[in-house]
Amino acid sequence: MQLIAFYILSTVVLLSAVFVISARNPVHSVLWLILSFFTAAGLLVLIGAEFLAMLLVVVYVGAVAVLFLFVVMMLDVDFVELKQGFLNYSVIGGIIAVLMCAEIIFVASAVGAGDISNFDPSPGADTNAAALSNVLYTDNLLLFQMAGVVLLIAMIGAIVLTLRHRTHIKRQKVEDQTARHRGDAVSMVNVQPGQGIDTSDSERGATS
Amino acid sequence: MQTFLEWTNGNPWLTALLAIGQVLAFMVVLLLSIALLLWLDRKVLAGSMLRKGPNVVGPFGLLQSFADFGKFVLKEIIIPAGANKTVFILAPIISTVTALMAWAVIPVAPGWVAADLNIGVLYLFAVSSLGVYGIIMGGWASNSKYPFLGGLRSAAQMVSYEVSIGFVIVTVLMLSGSMNLTTIVEHQAGGFWNWNAFAFHHFPLVLVMFPMFIIFFVSALAETNRAPFDLPEAESELVAGYQVEYSSTPFLLFYLAEQVAIVLMCALMTVLFLGGWNLPFLSLPDGMSAWLSSFIYFLAFAVKVTFLFFMFAIVRAIVPRYRYDQLMRLGWKVFLPTSLVAVVAVSAYVVFVKNAGGAV
Repeated sequence: MQLIAFYILSTVVLLSAVFVISARNPVHSVLWLILSFFTAAGLLVLIGAEFLAMLLVVVYVGAVAVLFLFVVMMLDVDFVELKQGFLNYSVIGGIIAVLMCAEIIFVASAVGAGDISNFDPSPGADTNAAALSNVLYTDNLLLFQMAGVVLLIAMIGAIVLTLRHRTHIKRQKVEDQTARHRGDAVSMVNVQPGQGIDTSDSERGATS
Repeated sequence: MQTFLEWTNGNPWLTALLAIGQVLAFMVVLLLSIALLLWLDRKVLAGSMLRKGPNVVGPFGLLQSFADFGKFVLKEIIIPAGANKTVFILAPIISTVTALMAWAVIPVAPGWVAADLNIGVLYLFAVSSLGVYGIIMGGWASNSKYPFLGGLRSAAQMVSYEVSIGFVIVTVLMLSGSMNLTTIVEHQAGGFWNWNAFAFHHFPLVLVMFPMFIIFFVSALAETNRAPFDLPEAESELVAGYQVEYSSTPFLLFYLAEQVAIVLMCALMTVLFLGGWNLPFLSLPDGMSAWLSSFIYFLAFAVKVTFLFFMFAIVRAIVPRYRYDQLMRLGWKVFLPTSLVAVVAVSAYVVFVKNAGGAV
């Protein structure tokens, strides 16, 4: 039963990965990518790493891919223009493809040599989540914190690069709005008949 | 459910058949109750406007939702010429399927749950984060400006409020010490003062948990694109948002997904904060048959969900729509910091008071 599930899921992962590359519409590519993420999460469930599977869905499918989809949808892609430059890149693209293929075969053969029949998805703990958090938050706390600081710096850098302080625009300041009193906005003026109000005087405030 | 499993004698095919039967029964009850809740929603809205609401089809208009269902199904499906057909049809299906998938882990009575996962909360979180795809795909595939803008708005809104919902859930997880929804409900047994929304058994925490309940409620409104946060379909600006080009059954599916998600949020609030199936005061007598007590617990659960749904309906009737920047400010600048502080407070309580064997 598990074997059947494995073959179905891995077929879907590989096929959708192929479609990511071969789909002509970039939005379709991203949707295929999402399908392959989702199915990969299924594979993780199959080996008992259910926590990692859910994280994959929450983080990659639920957040990263959504933003990715956002960007791709709003790109104005001209397919004809895209195809014209294709041959120019084919040489360097081919070299990169061969390199990556060699790396994958190298890694796969190195891992395949080891014995994975007694693979334990949650070593030294009851659940996958506990095992993972032991490694992350207890054994490697310092590295984890450092990674957090690096990510924080990256985030601040991205904000600083894109933030523009524009003048001459109106922004809502909720504190100012809620701190405002009736006296700040309304002034009672006793208007004499036939005289009207001199608006330049109205800053003087309440007169009656 | 355990008794049923004994009947199958461990035959895998029978077990699989039984699981399918359970899921079907669950879905039928769920969809029927959603049809009735929809009627309640319209009645509440009508009542607040001094109208009568649906009152023609069936007694008190109770069958209105079924009549609407028939109307939608019998209409012609119109697909715009410039639309991306596959994605256009796929979008409402994904919406509905993901909304229904999440119900798998909701325990409605002791043992009455389709899948008793150890990581139930995380599963819920993962599946509900998938719901945004239906909307964003629908908006894009329509190949029209209003749906696209509506889809983008909706996606940004759902992603933003998921963050604060996540942190609120973390506070409950830390109190219960488990990600299993059944364990979370059992942890709140013994009267309403033990429910996580009040948390009197962890006394000082009532000051944290009750605001968390409120934040969850408001975030749930935003997450399900419900008034006052129904900006994706703001009629005055976007016609009907991502649903503009949809008609007939695809529209019905979108609508159904929205309602399923709303009732799911009510059920989730019930499980996480209002004690799930636990009764508020009484405990059931010992000699009662398992079926009867399960049914009473199920009724308690249903009453709580209906009450929360009623609150959703009331909010829709009396609160004006938010502006988009206000919505984002509320999510990122108010709810996110508040829930982060609450996570710190609850974890400090768990480490220094509860686990240290201190007070209570």
